[in-house]
Amino acid sequence: MSANPVGVSFAVAGGFVLVAVIAALACPPRARAAAVGAFTAAGGAAGAVAGGFALAGHTWSAQAPDLLPLGGLYLRIDALAGVFVAVTGVVVAVAAIYGIGYFREHGSNRVVQAIWPCFALALLLVPIAASVSTLLYAWELMALTSLVLVCTGHGAETLSAGVWYAVLTHLGLVAVLAGLVWLAAATHTETFAGIAAASPGISPSVKGFVFVLVLAGFGSKAGMVPLHAWLPRAHPEAPSPVSAVMSAAMVNLGVYGLIRVGFDLLHGGSRWWWLTALLLGALSAVYGIIQAAVATDLKRLLAYSTVENLGLILLAVGAAGIFQDSGQPLLAALALAAGLLHAATHGAFKTLLFLGAGSVLHATGTRDLDELGGLRTRMPVTSALFALGAIGAAALPGGAGFPSEWLLLQSLIHGRAVPGATVLVMLPVAVGAVALSAGLAVATFVKAVGTGFLAKPRSLAADHAREAPVTMLAGMSLAGLGCAGFALVPGLAGPALGRAVAASGLAGGQVAGSEVAGRLTALGSALSPLLVVGAVVLAAVILRAALALVVRTPRRAAVLWDCGAPTLTARMEYTATSFAEPLQRVFDDVLAPESDLDVTPHEESAYLIERVAYARAVPDRIEHRLYLPVIHTVRRAGRAAGIVANGSVHRYLGYGFSAVIVLLVVLAAAR
Amino acid sequence: MNTLDITAHTLTVSAIQVIAVALGAPLLVGLMRQVKARMEGRAGGGMLQSWRDTLKLLRKEPLSPDGTGPAFRTAPLVGVAVGAVAAGAIPLAATATALGTGVDLIAVVGLLALASAWLALAGLDTATAFGGMGASREMTIAALAEPTVLMAVFALSARVGSTNLPAIVAAGAADGSRLASPASLLAAVALAVVVLAETGRLPVDNPSTHLELTMVHEAMVLEYSGPDLAMVELGAAMRLTILLGLWSSLFIPFGIATGTGLGPLALGLLVFAAKVAVLGTVLAAGEVFMAKLRLFRVPELLAGSFLLGVLAVAASFFLN
Repeated sequence: MSANPVGVSFAVAGGFVLVAVIAALACPPRARAAAVGAFTAAGGAAGAVAGGFALAGHTWSAQAPDLLPLGGLYLRIDALAGVFVAVTGVVVAVAAIYGIGYFREHGSNRVVQAIWPCFALALLLVPIAASVSTLLYAWELMALTSLVLVCTGHGAETLSAGVWYAVLTHLGLVAVLAGLVWLAAATHTETFAGIAAASPGISPSVKGFVFVLVLAGFGSKAGMVPLHAWLPRAHPEAPSPVSAVMSAAMVNLGVYGLIRVGFDLLHGGSRWWWLTALLLGALSAVYGIIQAAVATDLKRLLAYSTVENLGLILLAVGAAGIFQDSGQPLLAALALAAGLLHAATHGAFKTLLFLGAGSVLHATGTRDLDELGGLRTRMPVTSALFALGAIGAAALPGGAGFPSEWLLLQSLIHGRAVPGATVLVMLPVAVGAVALSAGLAVATFVKAVGTGFLAKPRSLAADHAREAPVTMLAGMSLAGLGCAGFALVPGLAGPALGRAVAASGLAGGQVAGSEVAGRLTALGSALSPLLVVGAVVLAAVILRAALALVVRTPRRAAVLWDCGAPTLTARMEYTATSFAEPLQRVFDDVLAPESDLDVTPHEESAYLIERVAYARAVPDRIEHRLYLPVIHTVRRAGRAAGIVANGSVHRYLGYGFSAVIVLLVVLAAAR
Repeated sequence: MNTLDITAHTLTVSAIQVIAVALGAPLLVGLMRQVKARMEGRAGGGMLQSWRDTLKLLRKEPLSPDGTGPAFRTAPLVGVAVGAVAAGAIPLAATATALGTGVDLIAVVGLLALASAWLALAGLDTATAFGGMGASREMTIAALAEPTVLMAVFALSARVGSTNLPAIVAAGAADGSRLASPASLLAAVALAVVVLAETGRLPVDNPSTHLELTMVHEAMVLEYSGPDLAMVELGAAMRLTILLGLWSSLFIPFGIATGTGLGPLALGLLVFAAKVAVLGTVLAAGEVFMAKLRLFRVPELLAGSFLLGVLAVAASFFLN
């Protein structure tokens, strides 16, 4: 075991994180951010190396049955865990490097700096947990550390985000806990290996209940509609490197949990499980991107885009389950490989985008796209990198998201081979959802780049923006490299994906891996992302050279067409709100926007108007319709309970006495 | 089919198609304008007028409006480059194209979306109300057209089992009865509506007006002049030619060269030109009798075409 490269890298990662925590507690404030960032980044990199070795085919396991109370510590890393460990490790490393500059300027509070590496460690531990109790410990550690990090800001918004996050993440924990404990009780063991061996013997209805609980619990972490409400609140409020890690690495672990329990421990199960997952995934994808399309807060927009992308991953996992159940192992493996690839590519571009949004916030102090603009000349590197990430998020060719969505569509197109009318209706719906979300994602990210970074600045803050410090640029550039890699040569990940799919218990993993290798080829279709991008760039270069030969006069600056009026000002520009107005109108029934027009007439005449105030907001409708009634009911119940518990000690003694009497009567009757 | 199919023959096919589309696209636009002019009782400028316009614009001085940057400068080049790559990938004159096995139908759709997104960014980059307005409208229409395109792709490729264009077109050319299937007919109508939307034709956008209230594409490119404008116009014309060519290759693939000889290739090229010319004439003649839809009625039209796309997929699944 001592020579196992995975174990060694993991030990190194743990060591670095420990050093980072000590550095956070011991270092003087001036050096704190740099020391913590450097050691956390080293820890993340070591974790990524461990994940890389696992993806190359190494496995590693360790156990310490007496270390933790109740269950003991069981760790095991295989290729499936390797995907998530590698993605998490890289994201943590990149965000930690970025965090050096970010935290130095935004306050490097000792507690926050000590929690930051712990959060990273918890993220690395979740995928390698190999028993129910170890997973739950790691899961709760992840939830608590991230909660502290979300709540580092000040103000009512942060507080509200913290409360929403705390409640939803713990409801999720309860669901996961109930599901996994039920499963452990039914199989009489709590190690994953034991459960996987014993699960074919338990009844299908128990399996079904376990799956529903686990889907709800892990789905809430993965931002599955309607359990996504915490995401657009917590992500904007957290410090940007933390948002990046939460959005690019933490939410993935919800998908990991679902794959681990659904495929590895329960061996696939029934078709309705995966149809549910597919439907909820499609719903999340479309709802998330519609909300993102009309959002004007840059980080809220990115958070909703996370809901969309995780929805797509969930859709892929659901499709994999359906194909597996219908005896199409190759299709199942391909769909799951598409989902895993999308988890990785989403990690790459979402890290870049959140870090870019953090740099914008750092430079201007605002996240409101309606106040931004003109950053291209003031922050050229950040703008270029953000645009690179945006192409990825819009799933356009040349972007990181394109190959993975292509692979997903390929597996769905071949779904015709699956028998059963339900599936034949569901698959077109799934393709429609993928297509609609892809189309709206283009509009969303054109809006984000076009109004946020191009054109003229719409506020003084944006006008005075300065380029971010060098560590922040370094972090973003690394994430940008990742995006370019996934956009151009995603096929290199093929063999690793094949191993990961095989490790999740799906047959046909290796075949799918070799199909993805090199160029992307899937069942008779082929895509060469490098060729697509290379051909366009080559054609553009040739055209540029040809034009240079034809057009002899040099380029000259000219004034904009101002319709004959004096100067054009930034107030005449289209803003993010006005850009999204047609889309908002199209999706009026889904979004139900609230607008308020307040007209104040002049004192002396009702016909003269002194002031007109117009306010518009697009609230999260699911939140309003689903959560607020529940919250009101709970609050009313709480008030009603106040009548019973009015603070009188006599009454409480009376309650206790009557409870004992009732208990005795019941016991007597039961005998 | 799973290896890149780059031989001397496929390279010739791709090169000829790119040149034919680049040279022929302005002619197609000229033809359509001429047809419209004649039907409306005007003399018209002749088929060559758009080539004359292009050459005139190329002689002018290139201008960069104040405050515009790389997005504005590169968008016209990207538009034409994307058109060239698509023309090299789609089987227009012959099925075996050099790029066809690496750039599939989804990639072509994605590339065209990339070009419109880039041009929309250029429109926003000008910081004028016109640019923003055009970009916003164009992206709204593109976002709603994309699902229909992918549904039609899904319906067409589900039966062939591949999204690679040479495979789909060759299957259609080999078996004509495939094309008369309900799935294929429904997909043809759905895709036709989207072609109108994506190329900015009536009833979605009117390419021949500059009226603030109704402009979509023209508002977005209002700041372009000289050689940049020539490239924008060429890109738009190539887009129209490619989409009409794609539609004809998918639904009326007769005459397309499937062998390797140069004779069939020449014939295929002629047939391609004839098909696109006929489609263009029909389109122009239709536009004479049609008014532009209100902008907020366009989503209804696109929703209708999406429904047809869904029906096409359902038909391809159920009616084997």
